[in-house]
Amino acid sequence: MKTWRRHTLSGYSWLMLVFLYLPIAILVLYSFNDSRINATWNGFTWKWYVSLFDNRQVMQALMNSLSIGVISSVLATVLGTAASLAIKHYSLRWRNVVNGLIYLPIVIPEIMMGLALLVLFSQVHMELGKWTLIMAHVTFSMPYVMVIVSARLADMGKELEEAAQDLGATPWGTLRHVTLPLIMPGIVAGFLMSFTLSLDDFIISFFVAGPNSTTLPLYIYGLVKRGVSPEVNALSTLLIASTVLLVIIAELFRRKDSKNGQIHF
Amino acid sequence: MLNKKPVKLLAAPALLWMGVLFVLPMLMIALMSFLKRGTYGQVVYEFTLNNYVRIWDPLYGQIFADTLVVAILTTVLSIVCGYPLAYYISRLEKSSQQIWLLLVMIPFWINFLVRSYAWVIILRSQGVVNTILQSLGIITEPLPLLYNSGSVLLGMVYTLLPFMVLPIYVSLEQMDRRKLEAAYDLGATPWRAFWHVTLPMTKTGVVTGSILVFVSSIGMFVVPDVMGGAKSALIGNVIQNQFLSARDWPFGSALSIVLMLLSMLLILLYFRAVKAGEAKEGAA
Repeated sequence: MKTWRRHTLSGYSWLMLVFLYLPIAILVLYSFNDSRINATWNGFTWKWYVSLFDNRQVMQALMNSLSIGVISSVLATVLGTAASLAIKHYSLRWRNVVNGLIYLPIVIPEIMMGLALLVLFSQVHMELGKWTLIMAHVTFSMPYVMVIVSARLADMGKELEEAAQDLGATPWGTLRHVTLPLIMPGIVAGFLMSFTLSLDDFIISFFVAGPNSTTLPLYIYGLVKRGVSPEVNALSTLLIASTVLLVIIAELFRRKDSKNGQIHF
Repeated sequence: MLNKKPVKLLAAPALLWMGVLFVLPMLMIALMSFLKRGTYGQVVYEFTLNNYVRIWDPLYGQIFADTLVVAILTTVLSIVCGYPLAYYISRLEKSSQQIWLLLVMIPFWINFLVRSYAWVIILRSQGVVNTILQSLGIITEPLPLLYNSGSVLLGMVYTLLPFMVLPIYVSLEQMDRRKLEAAYDLGATPWRAFWHVTLPMTKTGVVTGSILVFVSSIGMFVVPDVMGGAKSALIGNVIQNQFLSARDWPFGSALSIVLMLLSMLLILLYFRAVKAGEAKEGAA
């Protein structure tokens, strides 16, 4: 009886995993299909990928995505890490207030954040483009950096910092030589997460992008609206591949030497 | 304590940033919802309640209702699909747990748009399913699998499921297993033990997951845009349209304020219901 229940549960869970991955797998598979119109398999080809690299618009969108991703995640990581370091020393009440403000963006529908930023930028007459995208991306990824870095800080405990201070280290010395090196894996994970969020974001970017600042997801959206095509499959596959790679690297960093989880690969 | 002051100031830039780029814009939408739209789509700085009156139009009422139905169904289906999965993961050995968690997390990070588009490849009339069924001779005409409310619901559950699994998993992990053992020792069947011990003790996870899924689905416009037809537009699509095509920002702002208030109200009611359930449980 007991094994029967276990088997059902495990079968169901595997089924859910198939549900999560099958559509993605099919999308990837069809990006190699040598047929433009229908879903019949006509043989393996790289040609859709080759045509992407010849496409100037795609390359421009890629460059936009990468530069916006790097700049916004550096900013989000610096601001978010600094805030996490400070909040740790706040009294419980203030910590709750500040956390509430900073985590609010996670629970507000994304569309609201997008249009709120659009309203702000238009009211201060800021031209929509790369910089408005960067500002928006910093705003939605900073909370994620803080979640990861704060978890790391809580994990670290107070003992090492107190020991350094007892030995005569200044607060800044302790920060530089004890705290920062210890939470570095968390900082790197936070950076990679915000880079991933930036690279993948569609909803908020949709509202605050200008005509010359199309990112990869925005470009894909334009193609998707026109229908299924092998080029979209190839471009989507590239986006999926980079996301998966980034998430796995970030996970490895997040779990590195952490008390709560070792690396198990 | 004095020497900690400079460290405490490190939060200032982040707080300033969120103040200017998050709180201020939210207040601006609230203000904007009381302004008028000019003839050419510009914003006229005159006070009006008209935008909120317009929302009472049955057309919008219907869309709001549809949106809520889809959001609630998405949440319920995510619990049904997600709870057993989270339960299974929490029962695995630590090393397999890490791998399964990563596997559930990865789709969550993959772009929404790309994941909805993947279903278009599968479900469209010349898509994978219809091609297979036709070549097997089961159907002659392609089935209308896409561009209806069913496909929107499928897309929503598909894209939001990880939001449900992770919080439930966390609460299952934090649960005190001894209470479950006590229930078994007292002769509870596995089903009764689950229903009366495990489920109530993991309520926090279910509530957190539900809020995350509900909030994300209520404002969603990507999935209906890509997988739904003209009739399955949700309020997110209407708001998007008011801002980008119709250029009626004040009305779009009013719609989004109502959407946010409605979502907060429902979350509050949900909390109440959970609390009331707890009280009843305690009395029984």
